[in-house]
Amino acid sequence: MSAAFPSSRRRRIANGAFRAATLLALLAVVGPVVWVIAGVVDRAVPHWRWSVLTTNTVGVSGGLENAILGTLVLLLGVLVIAGAVGVLGGVYLAELAGFNRRGKQRGGFLRAATEVLAGVPSIALGLVGYLALVVQFHWGFSLLAALVVLSVMVIPYITRGTETALRQVPTNYREGAEALGMSSGYGLRKVVLRSAMPGIVTSLLIALAISGGETAPLLYTANWFTGAPRAALFHQPIGYLTYPVWTFWDYPSNQAHYLAFDAALILLVIVLLLLVAARIIVNRSQRYAEARRN
Amino acid sequence: MAAVSGAATGGTPPVAARPPTKRDPLLQRIRSSVWANEHHLWGWGGRISAAAPFVALVLTVLVLAFKAWPAVKVNGAHFLIGTDWKPGSTYGAVTYTNGVPHPLGVSYGAWPVIVGTLESSGIALLIALPISVGAAFALTERLPRWIAEILRYAVEILAGVPSVLIGLWGALTLGPLLANDVYPFIANHVPDVAGFSYLKGPVGHGEGLLTSGIVLALMIIPIIASTTRTLFAQVPPLPKEGGEALGMTDWEVGRRITIPWVRSGIIGATVLGLGRALGETIAVAMVSGSLLATISPNVYGTMGTIAATLVTQLDSAFVDGTGFEVRTLAELAVVLVLVLLVVNILARFIIRRTGNLSVPLGVGV
Repeated sequence: MSAAFPSSRRRRIANGAFRAATLLALLAVVGPVVWVIAGVVDRAVPHWRWSVLTTNTVGVSGGLENAILGTLVLLLGVLVIAGAVGVLGGVYLAELAGFNRRGKQRGGFLRAATEVLAGVPSIALGLVGYLALVVQFHWGFSLLAALVVLSVMVIPYITRGTETALRQVPTNYREGAEALGMSSGYGLRKVVLRSAMPGIVTSLLIALAISGGETAPLLYTANWFTGAPRAALFHQPIGYLTYPVWTFWDYPSNQAHYLAFDAALILLVIVLLLLVAARIIVNRSQRYAEARRN
Repeated sequence: MAAVSGAATGGTPPVAARPPTKRDPLLQRIRSSVWANEHHLWGWGGRISAAAPFVALVLTVLVLAFKAWPAVKVNGAHFLIGTDWKPGSTYGAVTYTNGVPHPLGVSYGAWPVIVGTLESSGIALLIALPISVGAAFALTERLPRWIAEILRYAVEILAGVPSVLIGLWGALTLGPLLANDVYPFIANHVPDVAGFSYLKGPVGHGEGLLTSGIVLALMIIPIIASTTRTLFAQVPPLPKEGGEALGMTDWEVGRRITIPWVRSGIIGATVLGLGRALGETIAVAMVSGSLLATISPNVYGTMGTIAATLVTQLDSAFVDGTGFEVRTLAELAVVLVLVLLVVNILARFIIRRTGNLSVPLGVGV
């Protein structure tokens, strides 16, 4: 490439400005991520007490054990409910829906509904959960109401992820399973689903990260509870980590601020762990796939 | 059978046949018939599960609509164009309009929060679209591989960081910084042209329209950037190489070849991002000031959005003994959900025509 490649000065300047702008854009994406994380860490660490992990919230001070345990209980529940429904839905859409007379894959309507549901704002789902489950069904502020709302919120992600993972399983595998005389259900479970496992687990982890960081749908379904989570599905509010951040950050008390920052840090660690785990699974399975192809 | 074949080859001693394991024949029959029909389990479980999102969607709209209908009858058209938000006297006598009980003197107008929602989302799009497309372009240039990796991780983390944490950062770090150092500079230096008057005036304390727009932009960048990146990767190399062979610069190849090739996909991704921005709740509630009956006179002033109003007002709505304020909030939610249904279906429609792309799951640029 000769030195005077863009023939006119104007084109040289335009191209240089373009390159600089793209690098700036790159910086504008990466910078805030580092800044947000550093901001959370920077606010929480100077006042960090390890007792936060082992004591319950008292008013606007104390610890966060109740909230941490509550978040873990909620994540477990979402994993069970949304995981079962989402994965089964994805399996149906990818493997079992079949084709219509014109040779087109069935289930397009359900798939569209799933993606539109992913676009419904979480506060609207939370409001419906409050109006229908908490009030109309007399469940009260409860674990089950929170789980149903959170699950409805993340099922689209799991369904979509499962479907995508299953579509990447080579057709040869299905034909091989059938040629070995496996029944269709057995072959699906032992061959197809097993090959799609990394993708499915990744989508589950992402769904957990999303639901762990949600505030709006929980405020009026799970409410808030300063004791350890109890083994009750109904009429028993439950604590979770986003509540102290959302509620305590602008309280006129330093105790409350420290609690909010501590909750933010713990939440960040949980979410980042889930995202990193998802990324590791994706990287490993991709490396394995490439090694096998060569 | 084993013993016979062992004897025939002569080498290995015959193995004693294991006694058959005792099993309850009934249990065994049930179990084997269940596994023999395993595909029915997958089929029906799958059918029900695949229908669940559709059912949830219908129920969401129906519950909100039923709850909101009495409020629609009382608030009327004033709800969409009115600019006041008066819950009435909670201690006064209950009055009836069209047979619906409500406190005396209620007057709900959602125009300010509707305007606030549209304005903040518009600002977010104006900021996020060039940044996302620019970042995607940066990846198509011959940058070292580790920079691409960094962007991939950054977008993933940005998509996954809870909105309450971004709101916290926006309210405590970004907002004050902008209000102290950036906004006054802009307000003092914009030219006195008619269209720029929105950039003048008091700059506030960092809570407000522009801060909300910036925070929203941050939250929709992952959606637009990841989709744009995927689209750019789908542009075939031959037209681009042809352009370069003709002596086009990177900028000209980008503007004349790459972007036109995937234009409708980028529009679809932008509409998806718009949907996310319109519905974002917690972060906006933390950085907008969450006002109800105020349209900000300039881009710095405090305001509110529909979603933020829902989350901040429900607590005080419980005070209304007639339940009318809760019904009004449900009406507000109906407005939001209907708008978002239209926006999302539109985005699907645009994207479907270009290729089958989905909501980015948070993984993968």
